[in-house]
This record gives sequence, C-alpha cells and structure tokens, in this order.
Amino acid sequence: MFAALGDETRLAIVAQLSSRGPRSITSLTEGSSVTRQAVTKHLHVLNGAGLVHCSRRGRESIWELDSHRLQDAQRYLAEISAHWDAAIDRLRKFVED
Amino acid sequence: MDTDRIEKKILLRAPCSRVWRALTDSTEFGHWFGVKFDGPFVPNTLLRGVLVPTSVDAAVAEHQKPYEGHPFEITVAQIEPERLFSFRWHPFAVERGIDYSAEPTTLIEFVLEEIPEGTMLTVTESGFDQIPLARRAKAFTANEQGWATVIELIEKHLTHAAQTAQ
Repeated sequence: MFAALGDETRLAIVAQLSSRGPRSITSLTEGSSVTRQAVTKHLHVLNGAGLVHCSRRGRESIWELDSHRLQDAQRYLAEISAHWDAAIDRLRKFVED
Repeated sequence: MDTDRIEKKILLRAPCSRVWRALTDSTEFGHWFGVKFDGPFVPNTLLRGVLVPTSVDAAVAEHQKPYEGHPFEITVAQIEPERLFSFRWHPFAVERGIDYSAEPTTLIEFVLEEIPEGTMLTVTESGFDQIPLARRAKAFTANEQGWATVIELIEKHLTHAAQTAQ
C-alpha cells in the first residue's frame, strides 16, 4: 500500500536526503530540472506528513529526513495522510483530464 | 495533534456530477484508486474486490504491482447524490493471512460542494484512535520497510536516468 505514495519528485527528494544526508534547498535543486519553488512546495508537503524537518544553519534552511521523530500513532496517521494525498492526486488526474 | 482523524480539502476543476461519478461508480473509483470491485456500491453493504494497479499513472501503477490481487473490502455507508459518499474499511489491512474482520474500522467520508471553479471535495478518515496501537505501530514498521524499498527504486531510477542522459 505504501507504493501508492505516487509523486516522483517527492520520492526523489526523500531519496536524496536518505542517500546524501541533510542539505539545503539549493543543494537539492542542483543539477535538477525541478525549480526551487517546486522543491520548497514538496518539502512542505513532506514536512506536513512528518517525514522531513528543517533547521536553520546561518541564513540557510537545512532539510533532513525524519522518519523517527514522531510517535507511532502520529506517524501512522502521517503515512495514511500521504496515501490520501497520492490517491487524491490520481482522482484529480482522473476527473480533470 | 489529533491522532483520530485526517481531513483533506481539495478544489477539483471538474463539475460536481463528474467527481460524483468518479467516486460512486465502483468501476470508476477502481480506475484511480487501484482496485477492482465485484459489483456496484450499495448503501450499508459490504463489497469485496482486489487491488489492481491504477490506470491513471503508469509510474504509480508500477509501484502498486506487487500488491496486485490482494483482497480489499469496504462497507458502503451512505450515498446522498452529489453530496455525500461514505464507507468503512480496515486501514492498512495489507498483511497477508491476517483476519482483520474483528478489528474496528475507520470511516471515510467524501463531501462534495459545487463552487464556481469546480468542486470542493472534503475527504475525511476518522476512527484511528479505536485501532489497536500495536496494529498502528506494526503498520508503520511495515511501511518503513516500504520506504526503504521505494528509496531504492528511486535511486535506481535516478541512476538509470543519469546514465541515459549522458
């Protein structure tokens, strides 16, 4: 069911944070065709689902993968919430096309 | 933080009648959600089906493939034309060989409102606090492995894309 989390950009961000560690939005957008604005938006979605968080380092925000911070119940809900986001994206494609 | 419910409010740029059909025609629901039901949605009635890959997004469908054929069931609650569609299910009932039938269900409600820009859809799922904590924790652990798998897939995909670009 987890596979239903269907946004590739979001997954790519998570993959980067997982394989290369905490980093800034600038670093996350380097060499990618995705805009800074889009990455910021995706980070906020992931943050809303409790999967990443950010901290300030000087003038920059550093984003970090955060799969252990939340309590089980909250994390469970965040997971389901992400499933719904993905399902609703598919519903949107289905009715708006 | 509220641990009992999830609420999503979304503007869909489609007429209310279109969204209603996508939600309450069990075949159409199946297309975007990724499930094949045995029949139509009938109020207060249990409906069985199996998970199938979505027809809406090829990339997502690929990720859903390992779950193909997994049993899936819902009990439809209310159908109030173009306003409310609700059902109950066992959230995260994805472990094979487990009988979830004695466990509490959550209630999913789709509320539609026609607005000039299209349809305002509110999706809520509630009743999570009734789900045994052990079950919730377990679902999460299962998913964490899911994350690892997804990350691996994505990394493969990115490596492949980079090689193709060179």
